[in-house]
Amino acid sequence: MSTDYQYAPEPKLVKGDHSFGSITDMIAKTPLSPTPKLWYLAFGLANILLITLLGAIGYLVWDGTGIWGLNNPAGWGWAIINFVWWVGIGHAGTLISAILFLFRQGWRTAINRFAEAMTIFAVMCAGIFPAIHVGRIWVIYWVFPIPNQMAAWPNFSSPLLWDVFAVSTYFTVSLLFWYVGLIPDLATLRDKTKSKVAKIAYGIASLGWTGSFRNWWNYEKAYMILAGLATPLVLSVHTIVSFDFAVSVIPGWHSTIFPPYFVAGAIYSGFAMVLTLMLIARKIYKLEDIMNIDVMEKMNLVMMVTGNLVAFAYLMEGFIAWYSGYIYEQGIFWLYVVGPYAWGFWILMFCNVITPQFLWFKKIRRNVALTFVISIIVNIGMWFERFMISVASLSTDFMPSAWDYYSPTIWDILTYVGTFGLFFTFFLLFLRFLPMVAIAEVKGVMPQADPHNYDEETQEFDATKTEPVVVQQEQTV
Amino acid sequence: MEADNKQVYGVLAEFRNPKELVDVASTVNKSGYKDFDTYAPFPIHGMEKAMGLKDSPLGWIVLGGAITGMVGALALMIWVMGYEYPMNISGKPYINLPIYVPITFELTVLLAAFATTFGMLALNKLPRFHNPLFNVERFEKASDDGFFVCIEASDDLFSEEKVTKLFQDNGATHIETVYDSE
Repeated sequence: MSTDYQYAPEPKLVKGDHSFGSITDMIAKTPLSPTPKLWYLAFGLANILLITLLGAIGYLVWDGTGIWGLNNPAGWGWAIINFVWWVGIGHAGTLISAILFLFRQGWRTAINRFAEAMTIFAVMCAGIFPAIHVGRIWVIYWVFPIPNQMAAWPNFSSPLLWDVFAVSTYFTVSLLFWYVGLIPDLATLRDKTKSKVAKIAYGIASLGWTGSFRNWWNYEKAYMILAGLATPLVLSVHTIVSFDFAVSVIPGWHSTIFPPYFVAGAIYSGFAMVLTLMLIARKIYKLEDIMNIDVMEKMNLVMMVTGNLVAFAYLMEGFIAWYSGYIYEQGIFWLYVVGPYAWGFWILMFCNVITPQFLWFKKIRRNVALTFVISIIVNIGMWFERFMISVASLSTDFMPSAWDYYSPTIWDILTYVGTFGLFFTFFLLFLRFLPMVAIAEVKGVMPQADPHNYDEETQEFDATKTEPVVVQQEQTV
Repeated sequence: MEADNKQVYGVLAEFRNPKELVDVASTVNKSGYKDFDTYAPFPIHGMEKAMGLKDSPLGWIVLGGAITGMVGALALMIWVMGYEYPMNISGKPYINLPIYVPITFELTVLLAAFATTFGMLALNKLPRFHNPLFNVERFEKASDDGFFVCIEASDDLFSEEKVTKLFQDNGATHIETVYDSE
């Protein structure tokens, strides 16, 4: 048998004919040009939702968690669902910037800045829910190990306390990682802007960065170490979130599959959210050369893999319920499928098990409109996944006499909708004032950036040198 | 432009592309200059060899941060749970190491990340309010598409003429002497 090995070149990361200068201009144009009218409209809408959120939180602080739909078996309702949903979305950013960096995936440069910003704002939205859920928010400092007048300390063996440390560490490290990535680009904006105020603001934020290679040398090391630190961190955070459930003894929660299943679900929903936002932004800001179809296809592949991991986890839950011989586990599984929340279960099955199967087709993976629709369906599905876990397991637990049906109140809904206001307020500010693509990193992955791609004699860029030398060989096995 | 009270900071030369910059950095390094640096909008592969840079010591700073985080977290939890405020949680031992793993891990990462970020800034001597290079208008290109090298006057071998000649021989497209502001 003989095999011909053919060299198939990787698709170019940056489409079109670009020089370093045109990349700078394309990305730096947005923060440096006057604010478009559409931005004010979007910002206004986001602000209305943000005010709704503040109002809903204000009333909650005034009146207590009784304004929500919580009842006696279901002590965790929308607040916890929304917390897990937002923090899950927040996993894509660090995954893209850290794990894909360690795997040397050049295409991540198109979306990493964008996804990291999304992460930070999503984690902010997530953090609100457990904080306001404690009821007496004015003593929220009790969750931190601060010496106090009661001489009391937090219980370090509680998964809820682990969560405090996990989420706050995740937020801080994501913010540091994002800022370190921003420094060279802020310097670019400082050098490009004509406005005096902007020059001072970007100048302070860029800390006097010059692009000196002695600085780049430490900088690259720092970036790699941060990626190395963030990689186990991103996996640990959703693991610890899943411990909130898995460490308890509620049927449907007490399961060792939860950590990997939660992490896969988080990446799945995070990529869906990045796609939703990216497909809008690339159109409005004309960044199709950078956030191109190849990037979208790769993200769809990640979504397909993680979506199937999640589907496999659902299957395993059913299998383990049967195999364990534990009647409460079997009972809760049947109650998912045919019980009072069966409608939620079937929405979940449609969104998270059937929808990702469409991504097996290359035509669909490369279709912008269909990808957009799928990304939204996935995020709805992931919300219902958390709904089934939190509400269905709690409201139908061991004793049928204790069961009660959970439904949200208007305040649950307004708080959830309001977090979109918080998210988009920050996200729009980010799009307006900061470079939404990592300028320095995109330049770094262009073939012109590598000195090996230049001719030795003329010192000119030689495109043919970007491809490896192809040796035609016939191999007989 | 050239006033007498201005001190020469160094000589700045611009080159066309990353390849030329690496080549000239290698030449400058081999000529024995120590106080020089190259400036580019992105890190260039192979530049550390051309400039003869040693490994960044950042890893050791990060290790320090990580160990502080780990030891601090464990010490805090053992002291609180074992001695200061013992709590009987379903009859489990007071000092229960497996249960401390999540918080120990998180605080290790947190302090290591702080050490990385601030260690990197400290090694780079940032933040810095002013840099004589910013007096050169052309230098704005260093964050866009310019490739620069600067030999500083603090170098023992520095002489304006010699350095200018060196850059000319290596095909610089633009050469300029940089002055300190006062």
